[in-house]
Amino acid sequence: MPVFFEKKQLVTPGELLAEGDYLPGENTYNQENKIFASRIGLADTENKKVNVVALRAFYLPKPGDIVIGTIVEVGFNGWTVDIKSPYTALLRASDVLSRPFKPQTDELSQVLNAGELIVAKVASYDRAHDPQLTVSEPGLGKITRGQIMRVTPTKIPRVIGKKGSMISMIKQVTGCQIILGVNGVVLVTGKNLEDEELAMTAIQKIEAESYKRSYGPNHTVAKR
Amino acid sequence: MSEKPEKLIDKKGIRLDGRKADELRPLKIEVGVLPNADGSAYIEHGKNKILVGVFGPREMHPKHLSQSDRMVIRCRYHMAPFSVQERKSPAPSRREVELSKVIRESLEPSVFVDLYPRSGIDVFIEVLQADGGTRCASITAASLAIADAGIPLRDLVVACAAGKIDDTVVLDLYDAEDKLGVADVPVAYMPNLNAVTLLQMDGVLTPKEFENAMNMAIDGCKKIYPIQKEALRAKYMAAREELKEEVEE
Repeated sequence: MPVFFEKKQLVTPGELLAEGDYLPGENTYNQENKIFASRIGLADTENKKVNVVALRAFYLPKPGDIVIGTIVEVGFNGWTVDIKSPYTALLRASDVLSRPFKPQTDELSQVLNAGELIVAKVASYDRAHDPQLTVSEPGLGKITRGQIMRVTPTKIPRVIGKKGSMISMIKQVTGCQIILGVNGVVLVTGKNLEDEELAMTAIQKIEAESYKRSYGPNHTVAKR
Repeated sequence: MSEKPEKLIDKKGIRLDGRKADELRPLKIEVGVLPNADGSAYIEHGKNKILVGVFGPREMHPKHLSQSDRMVIRCRYHMAPFSVQERKSPAPSRREVELSKVIRESLEPSVFVDLYPRSGIDVFIEVLQADGGTRCASITAASLAIADAGIPLRDLVVACAAGKIDDTVVLDLYDAEDKLGVADVPVAYMPNLNAVTLLQMDGVLTPKEFENAMNMAIDGCKKIYPIQKEALRAKYMAAREELKEEVEE
């Protein structure tokens, strides 16, 4: 049961990774007891599991994920939201109003209009149904100020860092509030524009150089 | 190219463009050339110049085209009006519609379509300059563009043609050989899975010659595959330099 790659080797789709007693992990598949990569990325083993950390992927909704989305359409009893995934999400009016929705009296476009941004949580999603969002928790809802940026969804864990070390460091140094949408959309809110831009440059830097190891406490964000 | 040359291949086995029977044309592939597309690739295969852009997976429009159990692949092969000597009408011709279908079907087995039901991807293939064997070069580039879009694949698809000119079986026909030759066999292939996804033939070959041509085309695919893989890697080269460095979660 050999393994055919070195740790953190760059692999392309279709590359044979392991044979025999291994399990296919992320971005891999199993065929006739052989494990192949299905995306371009860095291969690694974790116990008996072979994973590929994808360098390019898109966001697939998962219940419980915090995402940042744009309202694209105001419907009869809710909104459709673009969450940068293959599927557009739905947000129900009764969820936002936190009381029964009355079409006679409630004007939905006054609550949330097309083009506005929201922080939301994926309430449900499966193969057969488009994702449903919810904003009925503290910290969720309409975004009123701040800056939006996009990173590759697979790089979000990297921006968070080990146990949130990276993100808390950026927050501390720049004094900004940062919300990371698992769908790769990031909201940065600071006291002024310079703080926000500093935080955004730091995140961009991490994304661009995320394959490097050496982003520890000795590289402070303020240096850049 | 108006006059037919007497011989397409001489006694020494050298072809009109100076290649040997089993020699490929020079190949150059680049990935990620279109920032507006989700994935893209550019290929120069001899004098062929082809650009591919991939969008998606995204919601299908119009919605009735989406399938509840799988992702739909839409493919458009198009030749630019200036891609050939005589101006080609930009409207899709019978040939282009057929090639779009053929290319789509040769890419479909490589994509995990059942993972993303109700969605769709669009593959746009634009031939800027054509010199024979554009369907093969298009498939090679389109597969790369799909991988570049982050869509999971079983394997990259490589394509290459073989054929018969005069009475010799040769690899990778160019325009004149294709038009004046006896037969043409384009093959698309997934090297790691040893699976053929496209096999066509026009012209006449004996069973023996056909077998010969097909093996030659598959060997050609195997020669293109490393170049194709390297092109995909080159875009993410920066990451490779730091391979040994540990990436923390």
